[in-house]
Amino acid sequence: MSHRARIALKIAVWGVCLTPLASLAYRAWTDDLGANPISAVTNTLGDWTLRILLASLAMTPLRIVLGLSWPIALRRLLGLFAFAYVCLHFSVWIVLDFFFDWARMGADIVKRPYITLGMLALLSLIPLAATSTTGMIRRLGARTWTRLHRLAYVAGVCGVLHYLWLAKVGVRDPYWYAAALAVLLGVRAWAWGRRAVRRRGAGVAATSTPAGA
Amino acid sequence: MLIRRAPRFAASEITDPKLYLSRRELMAGAAALVLMPAPGGAATPKGQALTAARNAAFSLTEPPTKIDHATTYNNFYEFGVNKDDPSRLAHTLRPRPWTVQVDGLVHKPKTFDVDELIRLFPLEERVYSLRCVEAWSMVIPWIGFPLASLLKRVEPTGQGKFVEFTTLLDPTQFPAQKPGFFGYSSLDWPYVEGLRLDEALHPLTLLTVGMYGQVLPNPNGAPVRMVVPWKYGFKSAKSIVRIRLVSEQPKTSWEKAASQEYGFYSNVNPAVSHPRWSQADERRIGEFRRRATLPFNGYADQVASLYTGMDLKKFY
Repeated sequence: MSHRARIALKIAVWGVCLTPLASLAYRAWTDDLGANPISAVTNTLGDWTLRILLASLAMTPLRIVLGLSWPIALRRLLGLFAFAYVCLHFSVWIVLDFFFDWARMGADIVKRPYITLGMLALLSLIPLAATSTTGMIRRLGARTWTRLHRLAYVAGVCGVLHYLWLAKVGVRDPYWYAAALAVLLGVRAWAWGRRAVRRRGAGVAATSTPAGA
Repeated sequence: MLIRRAPRFAASEITDPKLYLSRRELMAGAAALVLMPAPGGAATPKGQALTAARNAAFSLTEPPTKIDHATTYNNFYEFGVNKDDPSRLAHTLRPRPWTVQVDGLVHKPKTFDVDELIRLFPLEERVYSLRCVEAWSMVIPWIGFPLASLLKRVEPTGQGKFVEFTTLLDPTQFPAQKPGFFGYSSLDWPYVEGLRLDEALHPLTLLTVGMYGQVLPNPNGAPVRMVVPWKYGFKSAKSIVRIRLVSEQPKTSWEKAASQEYGFYSNVNPAVSHPRWSQADERRIGEFRRRATLPFNGYADQVASLYTGMDLKKFY
């Protein structure tokens, strides 16, 4: 893929990821956030955190299944947007929802499993954002960096569980996110399994031939 | 450097609000003339005026929530699980003609037309606080009459210990009652709610036919609903077709869906958390900061005696 096409793709990602924010800002400006604006903003930011996070987790499976290389070039950008959205989601919770009532928020983090999971998802994204630069990849070494960035799966699982757990009876949306996550993790599990079998197969072939002779 | 620019409009050029508002009225009037049903045709009950004197003894002095918020932010699962579903979809509900069957353990069971109810019982306006189990609240001027008046009229036999309320079951009017993917349904229809008889007879318990000086709008449970202000909102059944006196505690829809989260009593209680969130505070719609939730939603003086000796943590 040409350099130009890559840049065009990245611009498209910026556009898609900034649209929900622009839309929220417009709705706030025109007083169109409904009867419970704080809840509307929190939910919209949470929804988009999960969507973008799942999109970033979809890039590797796209390469595995379709053999495409360009999705990998978007992974960091998507991951950083997911981090930006989760930070906004969290800030709204602190500032607008609970207005710095630290004791109350602390109690909720400890007592309410869905909030605990949300915090875990947020915390697991922090080291990923901090080590997202090319310089950090070099400093950590590709192997360590790759291992560290498997935390993205933890964030995905915790984020989806956070949504599943907070949703009330009858709300189906979180199940769609869970299904999408299951597919994305399934593709990876399948690829890992296949690699492991191949490796073992190779190992067995190497050791058994002399013994059998 | 600061560049000063002359204002783009002189203040005098801006139209006087009174003028443009009157223009709007003129246009609305013209539209109304076009849309007005022919004389003798069925008038739509939506937005139709319904007035009643305010019962100050049973009313909060707080200003009511904006009517636009009260009619667009609703939990009414018959239309869908989202708050905006009722206002988007409630046009399918036909609140007239409508009857309410009142029966069970009574001497004089009777089916009432909703307009007959409005004629039979003196209506009053009561400004109550409505506390949703989801930790938000509104202040709403309801119009109705005590449920006790209706129950007395059908003469309970004395064997009835509970009152069961049933919402209309009709998927052509309530889209979410149609089974979805794989027969999926959010609740077990029809919606059933219940009260203990003494709760049902309490003077605060209001059978409601209007709000904000209007006939009850569709998203709010037209044409007739319960309002039980010291309990979480879902205890107040909407679009009621049957009120039945029974001897056993009714199995309510929400208990069937998640009994560990939604108990039969569901009295507003800041000391008993929902299993997943705290009930200690709430956001009043239209306010920024959360406010403390009061025991029995502020009606403890009137209703706490109904529950003396009961462990409210157990009977949540």
